[in-house]
Amino acid sequence: MGLWKPDPSFYPSPQDAMKAPQEELAYVVAFNPDQDDRPDALAVVDTEEGEIIGWTPMPYVGDELHHFGWAACSSALCPYAPHPHIERRHLIIPGIRSSRLYIVDVKANPLKPTITKVIEADEIAEKTGYSRPHTVHCGPDGIYISALGDVEGKGPGGIFVLDHTTFDIVGKWEKERGPQYLHYDFWWHLGHDILISSEWGTPEMVEAGLNPEYLLGGRYGQRLHIWDLRHRRHLQALETSEDEQMVLELRPAHDPRQTYGFAGVVINNKDLSGSIWLWSQEDGKWSMKKVIEIPAEPAEPEKLPPMLKGFSMVPPLITDINLSLDDRFLYVSCWGTGEVRQYDVSNPSEPKLTGSVRLGGIANLTPHPKVGFVNGGPQMIEVSRDGRRVYFTNSLYDSWDNQFYPDGIQGWMVKLDADPNGGLTLDPEFFVDFSQHNYRAHQIRLAGGDASSDSYWYS
Amino acid sequence: MNIWLTVALMGAFHGINPGMGWLFAVALGLQDKNSRSLFRAILPLALGHALALLICLAVLSIGQMMISDKLIRWLAGGILILFGVYRFFRQKHPRWVGMRVGFRDLSVWSFTMALAHGAGLMLIPVFLVGQDHSTMHSAHGDTPMFFGWVEYLMGIGLHTAVFLCVTAGIAWLVYRKLGLLFLRKAWFNLDIIWAIALFLSGVIAFIQ
Repeated sequence: MGLWKPDPSFYPSPQDAMKAPQEELAYVVAFNPDQDDRPDALAVVDTEEGEIIGWTPMPYVGDELHHFGWAACSSALCPYAPHPHIERRHLIIPGIRSSRLYIVDVKANPLKPTITKVIEADEIAEKTGYSRPHTVHCGPDGIYISALGDVEGKGPGGIFVLDHTTFDIVGKWEKERGPQYLHYDFWWHLGHDILISSEWGTPEMVEAGLNPEYLLGGRYGQRLHIWDLRHRRHLQALETSEDEQMVLELRPAHDPRQTYGFAGVVINNKDLSGSIWLWSQEDGKWSMKKVIEIPAEPAEPEKLPPMLKGFSMVPPLITDINLSLDDRFLYVSCWGTGEVRQYDVSNPSEPKLTGSVRLGGIANLTPHPKVGFVNGGPQMIEVSRDGRRVYFTNSLYDSWDNQFYPDGIQGWMVKLDADPNGGLTLDPEFFVDFSQHNYRAHQIRLAGGDASSDSYWYS
Repeated sequence: MNIWLTVALMGAFHGINPGMGWLFAVALGLQDKNSRSLFRAILPLALGHALALLICLAVLSIGQMMISDKLIRWLAGGILILFGVYRFFRQKHPRWVGMRVGFRDLSVWSFTMALAHGAGLMLIPVFLVGQDHSTMHSAHGDTPMFFGWVEYLMGIGLHTAVFLCVTAGIAWLVYRKLGLLFLRKAWFNLDIIWAIALFLSGVIAFIQ
């Protein structure tokens, strides 16, 4: 039957959402890197105090919880398929190893989330052909979920859809996939009926760790795909340069009138730099160009893991990016060098570096003022709706963590304060320690919504 | 209540529902930052709505030629009540629509929404009541096969004209004066009221 008035956390435009009240809670997935009987969990973090105040273990072991998202968000105010009286209540949490989907209710008791439904890998495979679910976005007509590949660990990866009231699987999304084979992230330009997807690798290319042969051979993803969201067909493929690989996180402008966005590209296999690419549309044609390049930093070989010793360099490894709701500031995680950068992208083709905070890193090992030594580096990064606070965690993906940080990663989550006019400082008091539980933390979702959770229809 | 007034008021009721088109018109205006895009959407929205009504009433006319009035009433009432109960508990919406829409897309969308929400169905009992009235006043003996088709068209015309004015009026008010935060404050769950209206309309078909 639904609510009488729209869920108060739904906003028509990103500008309106920026006026939302400050978040009090964050939901963070925690996974157990050890092969033992402790299941992964959803942690509830008090964002005022910076401590874990809730912990919901999953019913099974070995999921590797990774990315997740809301079943309903501001996209429910859709002009052609309005359904604003559903609640922001459930998180959809995929296990990237197990291919299971958990539907978790966080409204009944926000501090004690409860699992209301489990969708098994077999059912996803049977109804969609896909496996290894990843990104979750609440869409105009259902919940869209990306998947890295099929049951055998091969491609193509793609997208499938869940019904947002019953959580039943609707089916595979693509009608015509064209040349698309590799998959990772996706998002859209709702005002233009355009979906964008990116490329990492098939499950067998990534699950055992980064494969240096594949990297040098240019086999990891190098393209970005433009899709017709309405007719579910491939329109155009955009290429990075020959050496740039692993096109991961996609952050389209939040303003639905705009037709540009940013893609983070992890590594250049010649000089180990990382880059940010800007896609945009002109006269119906889409194109992409590099707008930020972050160079690798020299380091003594003894400080480096075996894979990097020969290079005497630390790659920045751009593993996550995030865009503030006013489309003004782009945040870039350099997981290798241990740095978060803030760029003013008011002019998207000419980003200006406005802030930087260093923490952890393969060779830098920048300490945290509260606890001293921390390992890992800035990875999953999330921005509050008002753009004033930035949170991040330090783990990437189990097998890759172990390659770049062979001593193992102790999970933590920290907070930065962002100046609305540019500038970034570390909050010295905020440090959430997941290592007491011997867990690693991955994606963060702020209660009520954040800068990568909601899609807006109006500007 | 006067039948024509009821038909007109139901046009207003349908127009108020954001799911019937005014919200779509606002979004199209905002997308182009141009009120002309908003107004360009109104006519196809009204056309689609009118077509859905026409289909429902055509089915009614054909039904009246083939089966007894009593059975028609029971059928219409039964369907409306069941549909109302269904929509009360399960609110569905279309899939695979988009924002890049032309005249034809918008007409088809509006037609589908009106049909799927039972906008035309909801009007049937009103027409049945209207027919009762006119039968009582007409001469005995002759029951024309296309009973009241002129009235049907006039009714659809009136209903759609009011629907069009209300849709355009609200769309323009929200676009120009009230702003988007209106959606957060004043968007009551019309789907529930709509389901109740379907139910009541079904009851009317039974008890008239």
